[in-house]
Amino acid sequence: MSDALAIHAEARPVFYDADGRHHPENGTLLGFWLYLMSDCLIFACLFATYGVLGRSYAAGPTGAELFDLNLVAVNTAMLLFSSITYGFAMIAMRQRKVAAVQGWLVITGLFGLAFIGLELYEFAHLIQEGAGPQRSAFLTAFFALVGTHGLHVTFGLIWLVTLMTQVGLYGLTTDNRRRLMCLSMFWHFLDVVWIGVFTFVYLLGSMS
Amino acid sequence: MNAIHPQPHWLFGRLSWDALPLHEPILVGTFAVVALVGLAVLAAITRYRLWGYLWREWFTSIDHKKIGIMYMVLGLVMLLRGFADAIMMRLQQVMAFGGSTGYLPPEHYDQIFTAHGVIMIFFVAMPLVTGLMNYIVPLQIGARDVAFPFLNNFSFWMTAGGAVLVMLSLFVGEFARTGWLAYPPLSGLAYSPDVGVDYYIWSLQIAGVGTLLSGINLIATIVKMRAPGMNLMKMPVFTWTALCTNVLIVAAFPVLTAVLAMLALDRYVGTHFFTNDLGGNPMMYVNLIWIWGHPEVYILILPAFGIFSEVVAAFSGKRLFGYASMVYATVVITILSYLVWLHHFFTMGSGASVNSFFGITTMIISIPTGAKIFNWLFTLYRGRIRFELPMLWTLGFMVTFVIGGMTGVLLAVPPADFVLHNSLFLVAHFHNVIIGGVLFGLFAGINYWFPKAFGFRLDAFWGKCSFWFWISGFYFGFMPLYVLGLMGVTRRLNHFDDPALQIWFQIAAFGAALIAIGIACMLIQFAVSFRRRHELRDVTGDPWHGRTLEWSTSSPPPAYNFAFTPVVHDNDAWHDMKQRGYERPVQGFNAIHMPKNTAAGVVLAGLSTLLGFALIWQMWLPAGVACAMLLIATIVHTFNYQRDFHIPAEEVSRTEQARTQQLATAHV
Repeated sequence: MSDALAIHAEARPVFYDADGRHHPENGTLLGFWLYLMSDCLIFACLFATYGVLGRSYAAGPTGAELFDLNLVAVNTAMLLFSSITYGFAMIAMRQRKVAAVQGWLVITGLFGLAFIGLELYEFAHLIQEGAGPQRSAFLTAFFALVGTHGLHVTFGLIWLVTLMTQVGLYGLTTDNRRRLMCLSMFWHFLDVVWIGVFTFVYLLGSMS
Repeated sequence: MNAIHPQPHWLFGRLSWDALPLHEPILVGTFAVVALVGLAVLAAITRYRLWGYLWREWFTSIDHKKIGIMYMVLGLVMLLRGFADAIMMRLQQVMAFGGSTGYLPPEHYDQIFTAHGVIMIFFVAMPLVTGLMNYIVPLQIGARDVAFPFLNNFSFWMTAGGAVLVMLSLFVGEFARTGWLAYPPLSGLAYSPDVGVDYYIWSLQIAGVGTLLSGINLIATIVKMRAPGMNLMKMPVFTWTALCTNVLIVAAFPVLTAVLAMLALDRYVGTHFFTNDLGGNPMMYVNLIWIWGHPEVYILILPAFGIFSEVVAAFSGKRLFGYASMVYATVVITILSYLVWLHHFFTMGSGASVNSFFGITTMIISIPTGAKIFNWLFTLYRGRIRFELPMLWTLGFMVTFVIGGMTGVLLAVPPADFVLHNSLFLVAHFHNVIIGGVLFGLFAGINYWFPKAFGFRLDAFWGKCSFWFWISGFYFGFMPLYVLGLMGVTRRLNHFDDPALQIWFQIAAFGAALIAIGIACMLIQFAVSFRRRHELRDVTGDPWHGRTLEWSTSSPPPAYNFAFTPVVHDNDAWHDMKQRGYERPVQGFNAIHMPKNTAAGVVLAGLSTLLGFALIWQMWLPAGVACAMLLIATIVHTFNYQRDFHIPAEEVSRTEQARTQQLATAHV
């Protein structure tokens, strides 16, 4: 019972926030980061699937026969440049320069568009050669992994255009800066995933 | 493969009048009953002019409490559907011996056991668990809402959309005939060319988005919105289990999304993830789906453990024994749940080393779980136990769950599993832990928190009837299945040759009938409690002498939960406040910043459900339109920047004054 006495001896405790000074922190960035991690798991499943099925050629073409590394190198450069230019947009945002933000976002979008264009060209070329996703389990896993990444970049582009419109309409408000921050995380995340795709699918695939 | 189907119609896809099961009298009868009940409900809503009220106060509400209640209603309604499937299976198995083929043709019976599993896990257990977490967690941590109130509403409607698709499959087309996890190649296009598996895929994908988002939402809520002073080791145990469960959701559901997407590609595009030919690997599917599936069972049981912890402490009038060990046990279970998935298919043939690893990790899980059981026992020890309804369910759980746990350890031994795999022993085991653990926990939680949500307690007499029928029904229903399983009877059979087995199925059917009475008693309990609501009224907000913050506010809580954010000094914060002479503030109220209701969740989830339906029937034009509309509606929603408002100080003051008067009547 000495505990209880000690508690009562304490100075009058405060049990509620009478001045309304406590404001819960904004959870958007944490929430968005959690979403990215869940998305990362989707890619993890696709990588694992590629790991299991990536050599199941079913007497069809292999990666070494199909991949055009020059094309992929250009494509990779597009995406990496777009990450840098998005970074410049964020720096401009910190300096509250609306025009510079919009300018860098346009450049980012163009790089992204180029990436998607080259990827679509690659896909069309493969399908034309009879190496579509139905040809073998290897090609199924390849198209699923690379295609899911491409789909993400496409949604990123739609989001980018939406956000540019909103920045144009309402300026760099708190809401818009938070949204730019989220898209920034999304964009860089896709870059990181692509590094994995480039290494595991294209480079290792070309060596086999 | 395309030869099986003619080219789908440009507008209706594969949908035609043949999709209506007019030749199946059972389905026509069911449809008639469902349609009549549905029409009666719709007519009543129209008659009493409730549409506006429901739309404004409930459907578009972003209040976590109302969304929580909607989840609970969804779960309980779907429980009736899932249980109807269970009764049909018991009836079939008790009849179909020797010359009798029973009353269900095989293709119908197969749909029923698939639907039973899918509905009970995804649309009963998940909504009930999510609903309780939604309602209780913000209250327990002293917050006014969740981190993302709009997403919360959207999540609920996505779950409801998935449920709508499953229900629709009963009358338009058919459901999967594959078992609840839809293993390929059976679920592939070659062996399941019809819409059943597509209903399965799209209902789970749509509901899965909702579950994932609500997981993210609750993690962000618990991490960012706790009341000042509540550090992690001062959080109530239910909130701890909710945190771990939501971490599991975020880390497991993407795997389900990915694997179902791959199955969909195999079926729609003709790829070769899981086919038998051209290099596909069906065991990939089994691995991936259990990497989601095993954490899933812990997603369900951990919050139930949290509920039992709250209930045991409250009704023993004691602090929970071993709070820290309870937290660590929960975290350990969370981590271990990722390292056991392969025990669901020891018979795959991975070899002795792999099987041993997964067998041992599985057995290790029983250590933290056992620690929890002892913690509850020691909390009871020398406590002033009150045998109220939540406590009854908890004690029933402790006895039942231990049996289920032990048969689980037995199944974790790979050589034993080779004998018992796919047998009724397994069926008995997982019903033992899911009914005896998850469902009893949810019923304990419903009885415990009902007065908080509605302002009156649930009737004890009918509650006790429900409890005794449920628990005796469980033992009659599932103990015979253990016996049958040991004799080598496999699951999912719709006919038996050996008449010696029939007696066990008769006992099991008797058990199912007892459970049916238990469910009926529960419905009567709700009705009787509503009629006696004035006698059962809780004016104090703290009917059980609770220990955590949700009991410090009124029953039901005001929209803003707490007029002033509580400051926490101890775990069992409310008990601490009562002990140290907390006095409720009666003046000096400020305006409160709250999120605004929105219809966006209903619209987006409705479009998603339409998209799902169109994809199931391969209606490419409607699917394209729904997809475009979904994208446009999402973008339009992001242009809405006015998402919050202030409840004026006068209104807060008025609400709190009403509570002051109410409390005064309580003390007379």
